[in-house]
Formats: sequence, C-alpha cells, structure tokens
Amino acid sequence: MSIKSNIAISDSGFLFDANTGDSYTVNKTGQVILAMIKEGKENEEIAKKIMEEYDVEKSMLIHYIDDFVNMLKRYELFEAEGE
Amino acid sequence: MEKKKFERPLITRIKAGVPDKYGMKSQIKPLTHIDNNLVADLIKEFGSPLYIISEKTIRNTYQSVLRAFTTRYPKVQMAWSYKTNYLNAVCNVYHQEGSWAEVVSGFEYQKAIANGVPGSNIIFNGPDKSDEDLTIAVENGSYIHLDHFDELHALIAITEKLKKKAKVAIRVNMDTGIYPQWDRFGFNYENGEAWSAINKIMTQPNLDLLGLHTHIGTYIMSPMPYSVATSKLAELAVKTFRKFNHYIKYIDMGGGFASKNTLKGAYLPGSDTCPSFDEYAEAISQALNNSDIQYDKMPTLILETGRALIDDAGYLLGTVLANKRLADGRRSMIIDIGINNLFTSFWYEHTIMPAQEQYTDMDDTTIYGPLCMNIDVIRSAVQFPVIEKGEHVVIPRIGAYNMTQWLQFITYRPKVVMIGMDGKPYIVRENENHETMNALDRVPEHLRKFTL
Ligand SMILES: Cc1ncc(COP(=O)(O)O)c(C=O)c1O
Repeated sequence: MSIKSNIAISDSGFLFDANTGDSYTVNKTGQVILAMIKEGKENEEIAKKIMEEYDVEKSMLIHYIDDFVNMLKRYELFEAEGE
Repeated sequence: MEKKKFERPLITRIKAGVPDKYGMKSQIKPLTHIDNNLVADLIKEFGSPLYIISEKTIRNTYQSVLRAFTTRYPKVQMAWSYKTNYLNAVCNVYHQEGSWAEVVSGFEYQKAIANGVPGSNIIFNGPDKSDEDLTIAVENGSYIHLDHFDELHALIAITEKLKKKAKVAIRVNMDTGIYPQWDRFGFNYENGEAWSAINKIMTQPNLDLLGLHTHIGTYIMSPMPYSVATSKLAELAVKTFRKFNHYIKYIDMGGGFASKNTLKGAYLPGSDTCPSFDEYAEAISQALNNSDIQYDKMPTLILETGRALIDDAGYLLGTVLANKRLADGRRSMIIDIGINNLFTSFWYEHTIMPAQEQYTDMDDTTIYGPLCMNIDVIRSAVQFPVIEKGEHVVIPRIGAYNMTQWLQFITYRPKVVMIGMDGKPYIVRENENHETMNALDRVPEHLRKFTL
C-alpha cells in the first residue's frame, strides 16, 4: 500500500491532494510516520523506529498508528488496492 | 539520551477558512491550576469527577457587583439567591460578605435559618409557600414576597390567627421589552393587577407593605430591560405614596444578570456579549435616581443576583475515560463528567479545557459523558486536543445551578471542595456512597427475599 503520488507535503505539515483539491494539516509525529509509510515501511517497523526516539508504550503506539493509517484511508490518500 | 515526548499522530482536513460546527481553528488554553492548586493533585486527593469552588473568586465577584452599585446608589442590599447554589459553605461566604438570604421554599428557608441567618434578613419568594411556611415566616419577621391572590388571602388569615403583623412585598411581572415575558410569577403591572394587590394590602391592618419586587428573567443580555422594570416599580411606589401617604422601603430587582457562559446557538461567545456589572448598575441606578420618588425617601435597592455572582467561582474537574472513532471517522472522547453533573449543559456550550500543558494539535471532537444514555453529550462539536485516557479536563464557570440541580443518576454525586482564602482545599460536601443512597430506601417485608 502506498501514498498517492500526486500528494505533496510541506515541511510545516501542510498536505495537499491535487486530485481532490483537499488540504490537510499533519502534526509532527504524523509527518514522521507519513515519511516512513512513503518509504514503504510496515507498521511494525515504523513503531520500532518511533520507540527508539520517543517515550511511548508499544501497544498504545500500534493503536495510534492504526488509527492514523485508518484516517489516511478514510481521506483516500492511499493508492487504491490492486493498482 | 532522553527520549522525546510523544504526541499521537494526527491528520486533520482543512475546511477553507469558514468556521464549521466545530468552530474556527483556535488554540484552547489549558487550565492546570485553580488558585495555585494543581488540578491533577486535587483529583488525586478528592477523586474524579470533582467540583471545585474558589472562595477568592466568590468574594472578588461579590465585591465588584457591590462596588458597581454602591458607587451609583447609596442604599444597596444583596440577598443571596439560595437556589443558585445552596451549599452551606457557599451561602456562608455570602453571609459573611453581608448578604441576606433569598429563598423560594420551606427547605431553603430552613437552610437559611440553620446557617444562622436571622429571620428578619430572609426574603421569602416563590409560588410555593405552605401555611406552615408562612406561619414561621410571620413569626420570624421575614419579608414575604406575595406571588398571587390566593397566597395574599392565606396570609391575611394566618396573621389574624397569630395576631401578628406580616412584612410583605409583592412580586410584579411586566413587559420590559424582552421575550419571553415572564408573566407566571407575581402580579401583572400592565393590566393593573399589581396595583389591585397593593390596594388590597394597604387596607389590611395586619399587612405591612414594605417592598416591591420583580425578577424579570434570567440571563438577561441587555441592561435596558432593567431600566424599564426599575421605572415601573418606581412608578408604583410613587402611586402608593400619593394614594396612601405610605413610603415603599425597598425595591427588589431580583436577579437575572448574564454570566459569561455561552448560550447554545449563540453566534458570539458569552464573554463577548455579557454586559458588565457597571452597565446593569447604571441602568438600575439611573432609573431610580431619575424617578419621582421623593429624594429623602429613596428606597433601599435589593439585588438577588445569582448566576452572575457564582458562575465564575465553580469548576468541574474530570478524567478522560477513552478516545474512540465514530462510524464516520470523527473523534469522540468519553469523560467521567456527565450531564447528571452538569445540568447547565442543556443550555450552555460549556468551555472545556485540558488540565495538562503541551498540546499543540487540535481535532474535531465530540465529547461524551459516561452515562449509558444517548443524550449524555457535553459538547457535540468542538476543536479539542487529543487527551489520553487518565488525563484530566476542566470545565470552568459552572458555579451556578449545577450544585443544586445535579441529578443522582447511575453514579454517586462527587465531592465538592472549596479552595479557601488561604489557598488550601476544604471539603464542603462529601460524595454520596452506597450507604447514603440506600438510607432512604425502604423494602417491604414481602420483597426482602428471593431465589434465582
Ligand atoms: C426570585 C428570584 N430571584 C433571583 C434569582 C436568581 O436569578 P439569576 O441566577 O438569574 O441571577 C431567581 C432565579 O430564578 C429567582 O427566581
């Protein structure tokens, strides 16, 4: 699963979807995770990286990442499956 | 190396600058301390949810109301409206400040007496005064504010029986230009009913007409209606003097000043629209000073201000129980403060604040209470940071009507703690528990046993 190619994200966390014209704000942690998703990393791997840097418990972190990815899906920021 | 503080990842859609039902994107300031007490410490010591009252705020607000009026009118007497908040400790702060008691039931009357208020400093309002209540009020020399003719006749009978004079006033309702007009309490001004009541009272040897009273409504967002109402009562006072050569000793303008809370559906926040005490004071004082009442016989001005005196002094502290997504992806937060603790949430969009620093990210959020009931919504749409389970929130400005209209429902009512002038917390009401709740239940013999 990958982020749509026509999505631009600025350093300040401003995300623009050229397809729909919708824009979003992504907070710092969200930006870090989004960058890793773009690199093709899986949730487990992302969690491991985050835990090296941030003070957070693993089960909660997995829950937060799932929730974040769900929101990305809901906003249709991923390429459709099978494409 | 020390690890960085983690904030959960968030993505929020931007809606092109127009405020939606969640409001404009704005930062919510956290409230971490109340009168120098850390919110988290208060909850740790006294439990959650928890009501907090600031004695300092009560006294400061009281003084600012009094100052607004006494700098414009020489004779002012406050009477604490018990129904707004009748915790004994709260009432006694007002009594220490010099406030009389304003009560509307036998229960409230008993409370005032038990708090040590002399009967002659109690104003007895309302449509529900039993013969026993009236008898005690006459015996104690309290001010009885008559609501209707049936009560007037009952009181005449009681004074004849007691062979004692009663001190009375009439409550007057009137058109002050505001809608809705409260016409269910007292005698109407425009149709001459109030004047008829005065005529009836003045011919009664056992009734001493001392005052004229009105309470034009609550949360009155403009000073103008007070000006109209004051003029109408002054007019009645002048008419009474002309016909009976009798001076009215006091004019009681009731309560009704708005607090800074925001009404549901209001376009602007209450903190922007609420008139200042000076504006209300100016309207009332000017109407009295400009009236035809004889200069050396100016009546005492009594105020029964409730909401505007106590709202700012009260806080409701709570804890996040869970965060979850609704079916459409919106975030919802469940807190342990329900509408049972926050009766005023039926008409206010209460401000709610995190009790921890360091939140930067806001999200469209619905805030629910803990009750297993669909109506238990504290805020249906608000921009709010993500606060994790176990962290705390504060709802400020809840001092009025919540600690009297609270509902015992599903859970026990929590403690109320007053932060004293010394900055220390004092329990002023204990929480309910199984024992206190069960104490009033009675189970008939045949229902005591069962087998399952
Ligand atoms: C007779 C009377 N006086 C005073 C008050 C206090 O009003 P408020 O809280 O609007 O100031 C009330 C409230 O309903 C009332 O009925």
